[in-house]
Amino acid sequence: MAAGTREAPTMSDTEAGTPDAATEHDAIGDADADEAESRVTGTVPLRVEGLRKEFGGIVAVDGTSFEIEEGTMTGLIGPNGAGKSTTFNCITGVHEPTAGTVQFQGEDITGLAPNQVANRGLVRTFQIARELEEMTVLENMLLAPKGQRGEALWRSVLPFVRGSVIEQETEILEDCWEMLEFFEIDHLAHEYAGNLSGGQRKLLELARALLTEPTMLLLDEPFAGVNPSLEERLLEHIHELREQGYTFLIVEHDMDLIMQNCEHIIVMHQGQVLTEGTPAEVKQNKQVVEAYLGGEVGE
Amino acid sequence: MGVSDTYNRGRELFVEDPVRAVIVVVAVLLLLDFVRQLAVGATEFSEFGVMLKDGLMRGLFFGLAGIGLSMTYSILNFANFSHGDLITGGAFGGMIATYVIAGGFGSEGDIGALMLLGSGGSVFGSQLGIGVATSPAAVVAGVVIAGATAIALALVIDRLVYKPIRDRSGITLLITSIGVAFTLRYLILFVFDGSRRGVTQSGAVPTVGIPAIDGTVSLNLHEVSLVVVSVGLMAGLHFLLQRTKLGKAMRAMSDNEDLARITGIPTERIVTYTWIIGAGLAGVAGYMFVIWNGTLHWFQGWILLLPIFAAVILGGIGSIYGAILGGLVIGLTMSISIMWLPSGLTRAAAFFIMIVVLLVRPQGIFAGRATA
Amino acid sequence: MSDASAAADGDAPDAGESDNGSFTPWDQDAVKLTTLVIGLFALYLLGGYLLGYGTRQQLASIGQLSILIGIFAMLALALNLHWGYTGLFNIGIIGFMAIGIYATAVLSKGAATAKPAAGSTGGFGLPLWMGIIGGVIAAAIFGGLVALPALRLRADYFAIVTVGISEIVRFTLLETEIQKVQIAGYWTGLGGGSGLILDFDPTDRFLEAFGLMDAYVGFSDTLGEQLGVGSNPKPIFDTLLYGLILFVFLIGFYMLLQRTGNSPYGRVLKAIREDEEATKSLGKDTNRFKIKGFMLGCALMGLAGILFYAEQGAITPDAFRPRLTFYVWIALIIGGAGSNTGSVAGGAVFAAFLFRGPIFFKNIVQNTFDSLDAPSTFGQAVSPITGADPIPLVAYTIDNMGQLQLVLMGIVLIYLMHNRPEGMFGHRKEPASPIRLQDRTQSKPAASAAATDGGRDQGGTDDE
Repeated sequence: MAAGTREAPTMSDTEAGTPDAATEHDAIGDADADEAESRVTGTVPLRVEGLRKEFGGIVAVDGTSFEIEEGTMTGLIGPNGAGKSTTFNCITGVHEPTAGTVQFQGEDITGLAPNQVANRGLVRTFQIARELEEMTVLENMLLAPKGQRGEALWRSVLPFVRGSVIEQETEILEDCWEMLEFFEIDHLAHEYAGNLSGGQRKLLELARALLTEPTMLLLDEPFAGVNPSLEERLLEHIHELREQGYTFLIVEHDMDLIMQNCEHIIVMHQGQVLTEGTPAEVKQNKQVVEAYLGGEVGE
Repeated sequence: MGVSDTYNRGRELFVEDPVRAVIVVVAVLLLLDFVRQLAVGATEFSEFGVMLKDGLMRGLFFGLAGIGLSMTYSILNFANFSHGDLITGGAFGGMIATYVIAGGFGSEGDIGALMLLGSGGSVFGSQLGIGVATSPAAVVAGVVIAGATAIALALVIDRLVYKPIRDRSGITLLITSIGVAFTLRYLILFVFDGSRRGVTQSGAVPTVGIPAIDGTVSLNLHEVSLVVVSVGLMAGLHFLLQRTKLGKAMRAMSDNEDLARITGIPTERIVTYTWIIGAGLAGVAGYMFVIWNGTLHWFQGWILLLPIFAAVILGGIGSIYGAILGGLVIGLTMSISIMWLPSGLTRAAAFFIMIVVLLVRPQGIFAGRATA
Repeated sequence: MSDASAAADGDAPDAGESDNGSFTPWDQDAVKLTTLVIGLFALYLLGGYLLGYGTRQQLASIGQLSILIGIFAMLALALNLHWGYTGLFNIGIIGFMAIGIYATAVLSKGAATAKPAAGSTGGFGLPLWMGIIGGVIAAAIFGGLVALPALRLRADYFAIVTVGISEIVRFTLLETEIQKVQIAGYWTGLGGGSGLILDFDPTDRFLEAFGLMDAYVGFSDTLGEQLGVGSNPKPIFDTLLYGLILFVFLIGFYMLLQRTGNSPYGRVLKAIREDEEATKSLGKDTNRFKIKGFMLGCALMGLAGILFYAEQGAITPDAFRPRLTFYVWIALIIGGAGSNTGSVAGGAVFAAFLFRGPIFFKNIVQNTFDSLDAPSTFGQAVSPITGADPIPLVAYTIDNMGQLQLVLMGIVLIYLMHNRPEGMFGHRKEPASPIRLQDRTQSKPAASAAATDGGRDQGGTDDE
């Protein structure tokens, strides 16, 4: 299904590596096929307008608006308490916004449950990687694909229909292995997720998110607690995926990383968008420098 | 505020929160029917007076016994399922003292039989003339020993059972407390046998009749004692919490779950005082309940535990004043619901209220208000 | 159980089996459980031998033990689905059991169209199998009604809600207003405090349903004579047969839950237990999974309740106090939450050692020392201690084993929570997939070839 959206006509044909083997995924994606067709794909998959979130009188996000363009990598930065995480949580349905709207692929997704948001192709990762510790890496991966027949209890249990579950499971397993290989963590497949290093967890989380076949990924501090060599690898993977047509929105603390890797940057401060633009533009913005108490931006 | 305003707010309530709306409607209907019942005489005023009195008694007991449950729930971070059996333990301990003193330290019966509360039918409380009027010293001693017994039990159990696993999850502690409850309850059964014994000389309790509109509401000395002891202890606790340094520290820990979480495992000193206060009040409450009720048996505390939980949840876990208010609400619910429910289901009504509160307002209906 | 814990500690869970293609963990667990049950039987037979039991008593003893093992293992399995897999802290088990057996009773008791005599009432006279299905469905629906609003609660609040509901169920059963009611011409009701007589014997109904009654009676007479069971051997063989029937149900429970646990559905349940928010973020509607899991567990608890009480001939609300709920918890914790095999083992160990064991021990001691006259009160038992005579206390202790066994259960629970909260089989990996997850190279040598020819689009990774 997600392969289907990536094939959508509005998408730039020049994108390198646009996958064309959508049919292979019918087995997994048929349940969501209708949904996929009704989607209005635009060049602006995510549009946030006037987003506001209060917690018992404290305003965490105060009228934030921005748009994310298809196939870009956008960084969302700001000092602590600027409202980045709350914005993230409002977009992904963890919090219901007090006011404002969130549109994804032209559809209003404001206030939808996190699973509904994820099923529309907007998938997040967490600041502190949330692995399912007592499950193996492979089981973590197997969990992710959508439209699994065996998730219906009766199909998993009844003798005759169970064959189709096993058949699909075999296909999913193959997909999982390939994804693990892509991220070069296939050697860890049988390891419990709880035993992985911080960086490996981030890789696993990203790999797992990709298996849900998203069109856009929201990464919450993907590089926190990752050692430099893994960080390099993670970055390579993200760039590779971006070239394949995925859209990224990244919250990150490390300014240099954002400046070097994102083509568009949104700066938040005190619950509002302070400014946005290219790294160069943001760097020159005096307000940004002030917000960060000077010096921290750029060099 | 205009009519349309009210209308709009009402509509919002129904659309956005149907559960709460249903509760409001049911409450209004019950109130109307209540007025109707009194007006047409389906329930006499004096009958209602008796319900009110009984509810108040029970409520004070729930409140007093609930304080400890609420404190351990918030400070030690677990639902203590053995709290009911601490109440039973305290009541048995206090009653032993009462029997021994009322029995003249063995002069009016075998000392062993007195200490076993006449298990096997050797001594009876009515023979000994136990009552606030007839044996005041024995009852006063009983109150003190009841508190002391419950405190001693709680501290020993804490040292042996809870302290080694203080850092584990609330669920682990909860399950462990079920084990403690089993052990304590059936040890009491083992030692004191399974009879439901009358412990007071019920005929000798001074009683006055308070005139109500269409009859009288009787009030006896044991009921008055329950009120005096509970209100006295609640007032004392209020003073302790408001005026002493320890009280302030405990209040800070128990009122604010976040703070408790940040500060992590509470200091052992706070834990000790939590048990002393909580178990002491539970033991005294159990004893006074037995004096009021006139009977004592081995699973008394256990069957009272769920209504106490209801009171604590209603008042907001961690809130001491909430536990008292919650206790009164649950006590009154159990006695007044008889206007609408068959008598066997009044306890069900209390549990039902507890469940509804957990679903609609898990932080409790008095949370954040009654705690100063 | 040392071999079990050794398996639990192995860090490469599949390695042991992958060398030996014919031996899956499934078979291994079945072997372990069978060994355990046979061992328990042997222990009881040995105890019976020491007691000087005749064949009749030995058979009866084994039959009763089988029934208890079957029931507690089934209940522990159902609870494991709630707590071990989904993290739903249900301490209202007995309420769901009560719903099950009461619904079955009302549906399957003999029909009464005239008002029955005081203290009794009728039912709808449906065949027992329909009553059982009705009871299971009633328990499941009731579970759904409880779960629907309560799912979002914290575990400890959920626990309090469920125990509260099980007590509300008991109070309702006690209610005199619905003791005897007339519905559509039939006199029925819940019987109030005096309960309901179950005028159906499940073993007999089972035999009659298959037309085996005559053959069975003949068979039990012959076999009874050969074994020296004595006159009227049928009740003894009934107990054994019922034990056997329960074992068949137990195997059914185990296979059902093993499949559930291994399925993609069970995988989501496990994920919910680990981290519900993360599971949601992967697009899983966690509430639906939880409700279904809770309802299935409740249905199984209802069925176990039906099977437990149907054989007892009568039910009263007093039997549905929360105590039994805690028995099941102890059984599950002994076995290890999260493991189906552990649940069965825990149920068996609990039934044999904690539930039936102390009474059996009491019989042995009292049989061995005929002259042991137990004092009737603790006081009479303790006072001779001053004269250095512990015998009365020991005798009193033995005589009141029924009470002390609950003290023992409490201590065992505390001990387990302190020292082995994961139980016998806990923290053991039970695979979360219906297929075996061995290493890829072994399972699909051609996989990489398929990938390079563009046959699979895995996140579009194959196109460079």
